[in-house]
Amino acid sequence: MPQPVARVLAALRRYVGRWGLYLALIALPAYYGIHDLTHGYQAGFVAGHAVVRKDLTQLGFNMFEGLSNGAIWALIAMGYTLVYGIIELINFAHGDVFMIGSFTAAGLWGTLGLGLATGPVGLVAGLLLTLFVCMAVCGSLNVLIERVGYRPLRNAPKLAPLITAVGFSFILQNVGLLWLGGSPQGVNDLIRENNTVLHISGVVIHRADVLALGVMIPLVMALTWFIGNTRPGRAMRATAQDPEAARLMGINVNNTISLTFLLGGMLAGAAGLVYALYETTVWYFQGFEAGLIAFTAAVMGGIGNVRGAVLGGLIIGCIQELTDSRLGPQWTEAVVFAYLILVMVLRPRGLLGEETREAG
Amino acid sequence: MSELMAQLGEWRDALIARREAVTRRVPWWPRGLALTLIAFGIVLPFFFTQSSGFMGATIVALAYVVMALGLNVVVGFAGLLDLGYVAFYALGAYCMGWFGSDFFFNSRIHVVVSPLTSHVIGIHFNFILILVCAVVITALAGMIIGLPTLRLRSDYIAIVTLAFGEIIGVLAVNGQSIHIGTGEALTNGNNGISALDLPYFPGIGSFNLLQLRPWYWLIFAIMLVVLFVNLRLRDSRLGRAWVALREDEVAAVSMGIPLVRTKLMAYAIGATFGGMSGAFLGAFNTTVNADQFKFSFSIFVLAMIIVGGLGSIWGAVLGALLLSYINYYIIPDVLNTLPKDFGLNFSLTQLSFGIFGFLLVLVMILRPQGLFPERRRRLELTAAIAAEDAQLVEVAE
Repeated sequence: MPQPVARVLAALRRYVGRWGLYLALIALPAYYGIHDLTHGYQAGFVAGHAVVRKDLTQLGFNMFEGLSNGAIWALIAMGYTLVYGIIELINFAHGDVFMIGSFTAAGLWGTLGLGLATGPVGLVAGLLLTLFVCMAVCGSLNVLIERVGYRPLRNAPKLAPLITAVGFSFILQNVGLLWLGGSPQGVNDLIRENNTVLHISGVVIHRADVLALGVMIPLVMALTWFIGNTRPGRAMRATAQDPEAARLMGINVNNTISLTFLLGGMLAGAAGLVYALYETTVWYFQGFEAGLIAFTAAVMGGIGNVRGAVLGGLIIGCIQELTDSRLGPQWTEAVVFAYLILVMVLRPRGLLGEETREAG
Repeated sequence: MSELMAQLGEWRDALIARREAVTRRVPWWPRGLALTLIAFGIVLPFFFTQSSGFMGATIVALAYVVMALGLNVVVGFAGLLDLGYVAFYALGAYCMGWFGSDFFFNSRIHVVVSPLTSHVIGIHFNFILILVCAVVITALAGMIIGLPTLRLRSDYIAIVTLAFGEIIGVLAVNGQSIHIGTGEALTNGNNGISALDLPYFPGIGSFNLLQLRPWYWLIFAIMLVVLFVNLRLRDSRLGRAWVALREDEVAAVSMGIPLVRTKLMAYAIGATFGGMSGAFLGAFNTTVNADQFKFSFSIFVLAMIIVGGLGSIWGAVLGALLLSYINYYIIPDVLNTLPKDFGLNFSLTQLSFGIFGFLLVLVMILRPQGLFPERRRRLELTAAIAAEDAQLVEVAE
């Protein structure tokens, strides 16, 4: 192909890539917004007749639910993105570590005797304790997996640790299967998640939404501060850029990688607790689905990029909520994966740009 | 005229010389061994009763061998980690469901079917024709999934293929609500398309599920064909191109290997074998049910070729036989009550995928080249170690 033609094609590709992705992201809410305005939606029953309203309240409600749901995906996606940034591995077992976090939380409430009758002080203290335990359990589990499974394969071909990760994912799923059985288990609705906190022009905000965002935002702030301003955080960034050079500068690369897995696991543990409170059911298979959704989020934001993971998580949460409530939850998985393939085709480096060694 | 004769004579001499060289180079025993094995495979069913459980397990195992050989082309030869192989199993099985049952009740198409089914509603093709349909459809699907992954790096390929497999799975489950034509759904979801036609061959008659020997010979023949194609592919120009791409994409492309065509061929051929095996398994199970098409299936087939040795054809065959006997014979029939004997409250079948996950981890850490590694890969692994050793020696000096 002659040089100018190729250059034009490449430019076109970049242009279509970026705007095509934006267009694909806006398509769903725009379609349903226009649909609500023109055709209206059923807002409830008054005296046996369906009330049809034509405004954007339902869309707003979907989007807000999506944001709070996306907060959970964002917490998991950060684990994917941190690990990918530092050792370029899709940690398939990460979603299942999150599942173990949910199970730990559910089990611990039983042990502590937290129930619907517990008073507010006991509840807050109990939940904080559970949060710390979940984060500790998942963090150490993640470090353990890295130590046993990935470290011996550090210099092996790239497929080897990936396959090991898939293996660990299956092992953890079976642990969950033996732990709580094969069907979804209800847990106590400790925070009465559907209680309304406030209305904003018709959009109802539930307690669960406040909880999800209230756990996610401080953790993200703490993480960005840690990575940006502390010595171990600098070591993480240096290792992500160039492990060999980092080692020559006196950074203990193995410990830094372990630290990354610890942080990722802790975030997954927090997400596990929030998920159990938010959905009030836990299931051994939840980790697999959540893991894939969160990975999609991480790629959408730009893998290796912590802010990108948060943004991607929130966007994926909205997409998921829209499909859940409009198309039906049985289609959600397919829609999310279709978006994953779209991102891969249109803009593999993600919305905010990836931060990996290959990207430079 | 005489020029032509001379040219022909030259070619004939060259052919004779080449054949002599080949026969001199290749020892006699591999061919003898292969013939013995094939003969053993053909007479094997006579040692078991027509409907024994072991026969059923063997038929399924051979179908998995075909599947593993297909995945081995994509993952082993071309190095493209495909985690959505279940998609091709699903498409192959649905070809059987669509073209070999009364599922499309509005149409009446019959092509070389047994007299019993020749007046039933629905589309009824001969089994061989269904295999051809499965091959065409899965090859197309393989290329479609291949296209978006062409520019991606290896681990992204894994995730895109996984997503594709899951999308096919979701479509299979929800296909009841997708209508094509008048009142006909795409799939029957978790209720399954059942009452599939049994394979029928003019002159031989229809198969039935009480006599398993014909099924065995059919899948054995398919397996032999696929095995032969695989062996020839490995040593062909295309096979060498795959290995070159796997080892170093940049170097291979700069040597003039067409990237797009070579990768798409790997996807298409790998998918084809999966589709054939899927169509056969659909017929053998006599039902095509959406809950058969789970991610864990892809991992099951992947575990086969990894345990056997990535890229090694004999490894894929033996790995597939090993794991499917473990899954369909040893775990459910032989060892299932083991945890109960130890006083534990679960059965081993619940754990089967945990066991395969454990096998994957174990093989990767202890013997990453697999049980029966490909010669080239074994050389690579040992050569890399030798080079490292040499470096260490240099540093020490």
